[in-house]
Amino acid sequence: MQTLKMALKSIIANKIRAFLTMLGIIIGVSSVIVMVAIGQGSTKDVQDQIGSLGTNVLTVSVTGSDVTFKEGDADQIKDVNGIEEIAPTVSGRVTLKKGKTNTQVSMIGTTSSYLKVRDLQLQSGRFIADLDHENHSKIAVLGSDTAQTLFGLGDPVGESIKVNGTSYKVVGVLESVGSSLGTSGDSTIIVPLSTGQRLASTTNIGTTYVKVENENSINFVSSRIESTMNSIVGDADSYSVSSQKDLMETASSVNETMTLMLGGSAAISLIVGGIGIMNIMLVSVSERTKEIGIRKAIGAKRKNILLQFLIEAVVLSSFGGIIGVGIGVVSAQIYTVVTGSTIAYSIPVMLLSFVFSLLVGVVFGVFPANKASKLDPIQALRYE
Amino acid sequence: MTMIEPIIQIKNMEKMYELGGETVMALKGVSLDIKKGDFISIIGPSGSGKSTFMNMIGCLDRPDSGEYMLDNEKIGKMKRSQLATIRNEKIGFIFQNFNLISKLTAVENVELPLIYRGMKAVERRETALAALEKVGLADRANHLPSQLSGGQQQRVAIARALAGHPPILLADEPTGALDSKTSKDILAIMKSLNEQGHTIILITHDLDVAKQASRVVRIHDGQLYENGGEWFADAQNGTEKYYSK
Ligand SMILES: Nc1ncnc2c1ncn2[C@@H]1O[C@H](COP(=O)(O)OP(=O)(O)OP(=O)(O)O)[C@@H](O)[C@H]1O
Ligand SMILES: [Mg+2]
Repeated sequence: MQTLKMALKSIIANKIRAFLTMLGIIIGVSSVIVMVAIGQGSTKDVQDQIGSLGTNVLTVSVTGSDVTFKEGDADQIKDVNGIEEIAPTVSGRVTLKKGKTNTQVSMIGTTSSYLKVRDLQLQSGRFIADLDHENHSKIAVLGSDTAQTLFGLGDPVGESIKVNGTSYKVVGVLESVGSSLGTSGDSTIIVPLSTGQRLASTTNIGTTYVKVENENSINFVSSRIESTMNSIVGDADSYSVSSQKDLMETASSVNETMTLMLGGSAAISLIVGGIGIMNIMLVSVSERTKEIGIRKAIGAKRKNILLQFLIEAVVLSSFGGIIGVGIGVVSAQIYTVVTGSTIAYSIPVMLLSFVFSLLVGVVFGVFPANKASKLDPIQALRYE
Repeated sequence: MTMIEPIIQIKNMEKMYELGGETVMALKGVSLDIKKGDFISIIGPSGSGKSTFMNMIGCLDRPDSGEYMLDNEKIGKMKRSQLATIRNEKIGFIFQNFNLISKLTAVENVELPLIYRGMKAVERRETALAALEKVGLADRANHLPSQLSGGQQQRVAIARALAGHPPILLADEPTGALDSKTSKDILAIMKSLNEQGHTIILITHDLDVAKQASRVVRIHDGQLYENGGEWFADAQNGTEKYYSK
């Protein structure tokens, strides 16, 4: 179509200005795509990790500071129908030392069932045994990161390390589980429950992991545990029983909010880009007043001029949109390669931001185009 | 009497401008008939209303009162878009300062009126090139206006004016920006176009230019005078004055 050709011609005639006009849209569209890709990538990440922890595990946490919940109390949970195994834990942070290497890691004191309940694998050595708990043994199982920090590539099993200054013997190393919800699952040290209570200087059980027999009955078991906990602790605000599914939902809702906020701020930059288009188009209208006058004298109707400027705006913004999508995908790709984080492209978001940029072109192009089309031919011809 | 029908009939046309409470009567009841195939020049000093009159004839502006028939169509009540169509089909404009679009090549400039007429690309290019041929500029078709001399630019403008074969060519000071030799070339082209059947209206303040036409009409202070007046060039201040009998 002829009007399209004219619009393209005038864009090509002003390459630098056209590029600057598009820049706002390019930045807007590409940042929408990058932000959403990163946001959705991290949502996917978290969901994968939480999912890998098993959907048949319940977490019973005691949060109230003035309530007591001892090992014996935790054992009462075990009596609830439909439970296969429980693993009571105490936790804290400890300083590890091997030779000259110091590191702070999270300490978990627990029983032998922890391995099975959390579905963990040993890389080498053995896990904590019931006997270790009874004997308050100073033995430890290391998370894979902890092992690597302290021993590098060497085998830690049989070696001894200092935990808060006391010597412990390493009996095993866990396989990596990855990080979840911002905390690394591999920078850990696991000790017998009784030993852990001493290290954390409390006999209170913080979190108890519960493995249910049948995944389908997890909601029933959960409510039964609730009532047991209520009878033990009393105060309903001091404990919580949650499934991995609950955690997953919380995590993804947090992530969705984040994605929305990132996408929203990027969308605002798209609007700013639109204002840029309007600004440049207005400049272009007054710069080309004479041209408009000539065209009108020669027989251009209002709608011819309107269409010419509108098409110019739309072509500019859709070019900007296409380039923006391209740059967005490339930068998201660079981001994953550099940081190693997961990204997830969303085709609807790409289409949406492209359509949005087109819309921005139309909306912000209409005003200048209308202004151009209304120019009086005589006045416009006289304009220098 | 030969009955050549008039292509332009203007009766009692008036136009006034208002500027800050003051009204200027730029046209004070002007009447003029122009026959098909005429070569008429309208001559008058600066501020006499030439450009105002040309805007009326060219349908670029509307008079405050009076009647205007162009090629048997009443112009008075037409909408803006209809006026645009009239300008496109009936009138070829030639301006003092050429008014070419600087970013378009010669042939693209000539194509412009044909674009707004909705002509197909191939036919349009052929027609535009034929028009450039007529003014002897076929070899400069792909030059930009900035790469052409003033006379060549005006010839491109003439090609643009005649490309769509409008019955009327309307020229406002077409030689005003050109030297005398180039002016002669341009006038020669216009003469030959007139011989080919175009009705030509030439607006000028230069008596030598005006004399090229077969009919000379004088405009002074918003009024037209024809036949039987005398025209003097006032040597002292360079302006011409009309003294009626
Ligand atoms: N847009 C306008 N607003 C107000 N007054 C105007 C306007 N255009 C023309 N005039 C006035 O109308 C009168 C006729 O002007 P016009 O431009 O038609 O003269 P002209 O014969 O073309 O002069 P020149 O030879 O200098 O071009 C002048 O007094 C001028 O000041
Ligand atoms: Mg004038």
